[in-house]
Amino acid sequence: MKKKVLLMGKSGSGKTSMRSIIFANYIAKDTSRLGATIDVEHSHVRFLGNLVLNLWDCGGQEAFMENYFVSQRENIFRNVEVLIYVFDVESRDEELKRDLRYYETCLSAIYENSPSAKVFCLIHKMDLLQEDQRDKIFSDRENEIINMSKPVDCSCFKTSIWDETLYRAWSSIVYKLIPNVKELEQSLTLFADLMDGDEVLLFERATFLVISHCQRNLQRDIHRFEKVSNIIKQFKLSCSKVAAQFQSMEVRNSNFAAFIDLFTTNTYIMVIMSDPHIPSAATLLNIKNARKHFEKLERSSQSQQNKK
Amino acid sequence: MSFNRVEEESFSTTFDIGSLPKHYEFNEFISDEDTESDRDDLPRLVLMGLRGSGKTSIQKVVFQKMSPNETLFIGSNNSMLKDVVNNSAFVNFQICDFPGHFDFTDSEYDVQSILQGCQSLVFVIDAQDAIASALNRLHSVVTKAYKINKNIKFEVFIHKVDGLTEDTKMETQREIHQRANDDLVDSGDEQKIYISFHLTSIYDHSIFEAFSRVVQKMIPHYATLENFLNIIISTSGIEKAFLYDVKTKIYVATDSSPVDIQSYELCCDMIDVVIDLSNIYGLGENPGLMNDPAFDDQSSSLIKLNNGTILYLREVCSFLALVCILREDNFEKQRIIDYNFVILRKGIHKLFELKDKEKESIEPRKPPSYK
Repeated sequence: MKKKVLLMGKSGSGKTSMRSIIFANYIAKDTSRLGATIDVEHSHVRFLGNLVLNLWDCGGQEAFMENYFVSQRENIFRNVEVLIYVFDVESRDEELKRDLRYYETCLSAIYENSPSAKVFCLIHKMDLLQEDQRDKIFSDRENEIINMSKPVDCSCFKTSIWDETLYRAWSSIVYKLIPNVKELEQSLTLFADLMDGDEVLLFERATFLVISHCQRNLQRDIHRFEKVSNIIKQFKLSCSKVAAQFQSMEVRNSNFAAFIDLFTTNTYIMVIMSDPHIPSAATLLNIKNARKHFEKLERSSQSQQNKK
Repeated sequence: MSFNRVEEESFSTTFDIGSLPKHYEFNEFISDEDTESDRDDLPRLVLMGLRGSGKTSIQKVVFQKMSPNETLFIGSNNSMLKDVVNNSAFVNFQICDFPGHFDFTDSEYDVQSILQGCQSLVFVIDAQDAIASALNRLHSVVTKAYKINKNIKFEVFIHKVDGLTEDTKMETQREIHQRANDDLVDSGDEQKIYISFHLTSIYDHSIFEAFSRVVQKMIPHYATLENFLNIIISTSGIEKAFLYDVKTKIYVATDSSPVDIQSYELCCDMIDVVIDLSNIYGLGENPGLMNDPAFDDQSSSLIKLNNGTILYLREVCSFLALVCILREDNFEKQRIIDYNFVILRKGIHKLFELKDKEKESIEPRKPPSYK
């Protein structure tokens, strides 16, 4: 099942950088080597087995933009599942006005050709602002964009390639695309109940985006999912420097034990236990036994999609 | 102690390694005093270098966990910054960060007395800038400092090398090394003054590696620690063992086999993972009570890689952790490794007690106030 995702925004706003970090294992520092995108770069990202994200990374130089809106209008904006528009937080005055105008044109094209598409706006490069100004500037921009987008619903995120905010935005985007989310969540809840876990997270294997979770006890940090995604992804990249991949991980102190393990062919799982007296071996065995069930779940959702 | 017995019965992987004796809180010496930054009895590390060479950024990144890209916002400082690093009994010193423009004759800074208590002088050179003026400066700093205190160890950080290619890195290092030594020969000091050079950047692990080497020279019992680690790797089938200060990711000691920068980086990244995850999930009910609630005496971690390597981390004492790299085959007898570790831990604790006693005998006027 292919889902078309449009990535748009003015030239130099960071579209290709964020795509490379999330889907192509770049580290933030290396994105400085990326050149400008010419016209549209297509990439297919296999995500959770049968779900394929068809990413259209649209180069943002003016000449291309005009082209998208006029001669290629149908081709680009038809059958879109998700539109992601990237704003550079640093653009001001004239530049910003032009950017908003492009966004408006984009929206009307989407509205004509794929009315059911979901729209996400990312206010990018937040790291360039002083920390104390970030929230204010973001909420100003957000209001402006949401007002402009009416009647289309759009969700705004503040992002930066240098911290976990990028994962937060992309996790929410991807979450809306997964077909059998409900079923996955039910199974996870059952699993967590059975083994008395505090929290169970399911990650997509390549991107480490959180695709499903189950929480049984209150946790302090509301941004923990994207933080964990970021932490693990960074570690995965450092493992790849020594030409290895990590298979499993166990971290504990006197308050908790966390287990991260390779799960199904497309996922990693993380289990948090707050009772440190439950031996590791028991939890690892539970994870091992649950694997079969989730693999079956994945297969059944794939065959369902194939029938369609 | 009752739950410890339960733990052993349920075949938990955590050993009862016992808590530290009450009288023996590592940070107590320091925490009793509020004016930490003015502690003059600590070993001292001096940071110098031209304006804009990156001294303050280095200090912020290494010791205050600032993320490297945030350092863009640090302005140049016009006065001397003092900071105390006292994470554990071993990593324990005062840093003096001099402003770039300062002059030895300047009466604003008490250079004489600062350098007298100084163990290590780190001179930072911006490798992307013109190095000639930096080298002149280096020479005058080194010769003047040597006149004041003959025991100072001189370290040069050839900094901001992230912007250079591999070839220019080597080239720059050779040139700086050569010219700094030529300057010393010209002034006739080459027999007395020895300078070590390190290539560094705040955007990777090189700055932590370089600081590790600087700090190791300041640790009085380094040889003993190294020997401890040699013993544990040979008895437990471990390939490489580091004793880390988890706060700064400086390694306080390692066994005597050569350090491979990649395994050092991997261990650093492992510590990041452990601390970050513990900060999210392991803070417990009252995180405010301890000075670092995420890392406690039960902290441990085990990571398996698909090439048969295992990374194993155990807490040694507040802020110190042993990180080992070993083959999966040798990890089958985890119980034996754990047992060996407990012995090592006891040994290191004894070393601390020894160090504390030394301190008392040197400073009889200032008995530590045990609670």
